[in-house]
Amino acid sequence: MLTDYGYVGLFLIIAILFAVSMPLLPLTLSLLGLVPKKPNPIKTSTYECGVETIGKTWVQFNFRYYFYALLFVVFDILIVFLFPWATKLKQLGAGAFVAVLAFLLILMVGYIYAWMKRVLEWK
Amino acid sequence: MTVLDIVFWLLAVISIGAALAVVFLQNIFRAALFLVLCFFAVAGLFITLQADFLAVAQVLIYVGAISILIILAIMLTREMWRGNPGGRFQLPAFIIALGLFGVMVWAVINTSWQISAELPLVPTTAAIGSRLFGEGGLLLPLEIAAVLLLAAILGAIVLVREK
Repeated sequence: MLTDYGYVGLFLIIAILFAVSMPLLPLTLSLLGLVPKKPNPIKTSTYECGVETIGKTWVQFNFRYYFYALLFVVFDILIVFLFPWATKLKQLGAGAFVAVLAFLLILMVGYIYAWMKRVLEWK
Repeated sequence: MTVLDIVFWLLAVISIGAALAVVFLQNIFRAALFLVLCFFAVAGLFITLQADFLAVAQVLIYVGAISILIILAIMLTREMWRGNPGGRFQLPAFIIALGLFGVMVWAVINTSWQISAELPLVPTTAAIGSRLFGEGGLLLPLEIAAVLLLAAILGAIVLVREK
């Protein structure tokens, strides 16, 4: 079992090496003098997905995003409860099914309330 | 020293170092990113203890959701570039944290930990499923957890509604 995690660790090491080598590669190439260095104002300007940058880096975001983050946390926790039940679905039978249904119904109350109060619409 | 020992000490150093970075960094956004690293290292510690479901839940909830919540809260903060100035409560907070640390160390040292001779159960997910939902399971605490989550949703709705 633990050796299986060795593969995950291997992927992690490859990911870290990739992330480190990507910025290091052009830096070493320019230090070795293999890359010509001819800066001009347009070349050295700040680049952001092809669009010219406007204003400061830190802007205050709309507080409505927080609602979606909170909803995301709630339904993420829901998965943690549903997953162990799903792995033993057949052996656990009807009693567990009713329990999970009640669990979902309680959460649905919140979802329907959000729908009725129109907080899921973006104004 | 076995490979497991090396992995344990590596993860322990990473998690404690990241936790210290969270406390001492001035830029709170970087502090949040170090918190994510700390959560990841704790998930690794769960894997070394053969608690696979707990490790995945740690990554799913703490690394995936709680850290998103914290980072969003930072993005919503006005003038966050001012950083993390020390408040009036710096010294009292330090004393209380030190006291709590002392109590925890005392409890860890003075508890007679029971070590089972049985081999750990892998994978743990199915066993957790039958313990939660099976005969004599923990169904009532489960429904109480659902009510708690419902309270979180309702609280979020009250938070975003104008008026």
